[in-house]
Amino acid sequence: MMNDAHEKIDQERRRFLGTAAGVTTAVVAPGVFLHTVATAQSSDAEGRTEGATSAHRWGMLIDTTKCADGCDACVTACNRENGLDLQAKPEGQSEAEWLQQRSAWIRKVKLQDQVSGRISNLPILCQHCEHPPCVDVCPTGASFKRADGIVLVDRHTCIGCRYCMMACPYKARSFIHAEVEEKLTRAPRGKGCVESCTLCVHRLDRGELTTACAEACAKDGHGAIVFGDLKDPDSALSQALRAQPNRQIREDLKLNTGVRYAGL
Amino acid sequence: MKRIIYREWRIEPARYWGLLALLLAVIGGGAAAALYTEHVGHWVTGMNNSVVWGTPHIFAVFLVIAASGALNVASIGSVFGRSAYKPLGRLSGLLAVALLTGGLLVLVLDLGRPDRLIVAMTHYNFRSIFAWNIFLYTGFMVVVIAYLWTMAERTGNKYTHSVGVFAVLWRLALTTGTGSIFGFLVAREAYDTAILAPMFVLMSFAYGLAIFILVLLFAFAQEGRPIGDQMLRRLSRLLALFVAGVLYFTLVYHLTKVYGAQHYGLVSWILRDGGAYTLLFWIGWVLVGGLLPIGIIYHPVLGAQRGWIVAACTLVILGGLAAMAVIIIGSQVYPMPMFPGHIVLESGIPGGAGGLPAPYAPTLPEVLLGVGGVGVALFIAAVGVRVLQFLPESLADDIVDPHATLRASKA
Ligand code: SF4
Ligand code: SF4
Repeated sequence: MMNDAHEKIDQERRRFLGTAAGVTTAVVAPGVFLHTVATAQSSDAEGRTEGATSAHRWGMLIDTTKCADGCDACVTACNRENGLDLQAKPEGQSEAEWLQQRSAWIRKVKLQDQVSGRISNLPILCQHCEHPPCVDVCPTGASFKRADGIVLVDRHTCIGCRYCMMACPYKARSFIHAEVEEKLTRAPRGKGCVESCTLCVHRLDRGELTTACAEACAKDGHGAIVFGDLKDPDSALSQALRAQPNRQIREDLKLNTGVRYAGL
Repeated sequence: MKRIIYREWRIEPARYWGLLALLLAVIGGGAAAALYTEHVGHWVTGMNNSVVWGTPHIFAVFLVIAASGALNVASIGSVFGRSAYKPLGRLSGLLAVALLTGGLLVLVLDLGRPDRLIVAMTHYNFRSIFAWNIFLYTGFMVVVIAYLWTMAERTGNKYTHSVGVFAVLWRLALTTGTGSIFGFLVAREAYDTAILAPMFVLMSFAYGLAIFILVLLFAFAQEGRPIGDQMLRRLSRLLALFVAGVLYFTLVYHLTKVYGAQHYGLVSWILRDGGAYTLLFWIGWVLVGGLLPIGIIYHPVLGAQRGWIVAACTLVILGGLAAMAVIIIGSQVYPMPMFPGHIVLESGIPGGAGGLPAPYAPTLPEVLLGVGGVGVALFIAAVGVRVLQFLPESLADDIVDPHATLRASKA
């Protein structure tokens, strides 16, 4: 049963799907409904925006020196934005196992330099690789990269083989291990498919230029995440990338990730 | 060589139906497990976001590569001209189809959305080795069935050699393709090597032959058809050779890893610090699946006894499953080297960003599904030999290769 638990919902899409959605939900199997939503999603924001173009490439710079120890504002914001907090642990599953099985798009990582002992904190999420191994290996083409560099999973061609998860060097992807009772319109989710961070594509397609995580981090006064357009030399992101040395995680794989890290 | 007569498997109905019922029960268990997992979701398996391929994949990959190896017996006869192997060709082809079907079923039923199989059939990403494998597998079925036809049909006999050559090539492509599923994963250090593909070929020879010998011995013993000692020795010696080959590649594989300095962590983990996976490697892969069966087969007394040959084949199969577990699960459990030079103190979930090994414990539904695949393969074989003429009437030495017997009696 489709159920918007959050009061703050995507109004416009809501209106678009409106009545049809309500009726469909009542009479058709949830899987089929999910399919409808997924189609609406991938056919790009109900035709309002002109769709992704290669004029942009969305990315991020994460400044680990600003990322605070013990803070999980970005994780919480992502969970809320994308309905990840609506996942329910199946009855009978242990907490420890569920932690391994529930979907997580962004995780906080704490590292210690083996030589200097210096501690750094950083969030890790889908790096939106320019050459994404997940897309290369996906047998059906369900994993794809949009023209603007965002790597997504098409939820109605994903067969749940998890080959993309094997291929991702960042363990950025999650498989939906259990029935999902509640989900948001902007983040449809179905048992048996794979998903990962979308760079809040629903916001972008609405013309907003920030992700839930970056927004939350800024709001908490850390400002460790700069989101923006890598192709726009004047964007805050491009300026930040020029201003400080930064690198990609697993640079050796030459994936040219859209997410970069400073201070690591 | 005398003319080989093939005949349907004619054990009495009670025993035959009993066998089928047993296999059906095994299949039923697998089917129930698959339905259950699909209904409630994969949370009932031990798989998680770190170990995404579990026990079903151990069985599936094992069966798929064993399928290719089972066909090897036919190739030796028709392509490489070893006449003693010719009478075995039909059974070899049947087993190849049966094992492949069983393996693929397991793979498909473990998908998150097996109901979308049609999507997999209609949407292809040609950059994906997985998609190529779909063609390799279906093609393999067609090639083997054609091959069987040329062997069974008089009019087709003249094509046996050429179709056989084609089948050999296809078979190598298939095993290499299966091995490459892992080899292509640049991110996983365990797989990132060209050794994996040839090792898979050798493994396929060994596992396929072990299953072949077991099925052959069982079918013949049940019905009282004779198998000559020479024949059996030939087969078991060949098995020992393949098993030694696997051990050789195992050695090379780990040596290349030791020399590639940054891979040292993984090798020492598997060889020394991997807990259950270290045990699986040494006890399962090397000892049970390698040294013991070689020892048995070359043992002057034991190697000549059928019971021990059966034991050796069983050990090869068990060791093979252990090897698959080490390769498939062990390398997912091993923390990914995301932050070299750093210790991962926290990562949201254990193993989420390297650091700790990821947890995995197989659950009953997974095991049932995997074993169900074996059941399917054996069921197909059991039905096949019953309704069609796959089994030679006799594999007595004087029938298969009169000269060998002559040589033996002179010696
Ligand atoms: S980080 Fe992983 S999921 Fe994201 S694009 Fe790269 S390979 Fe794909
Ligand atoms: S799980 Fe889905 S997205 Fe991932 S490789 Fe398989 S079909 Fe593609």
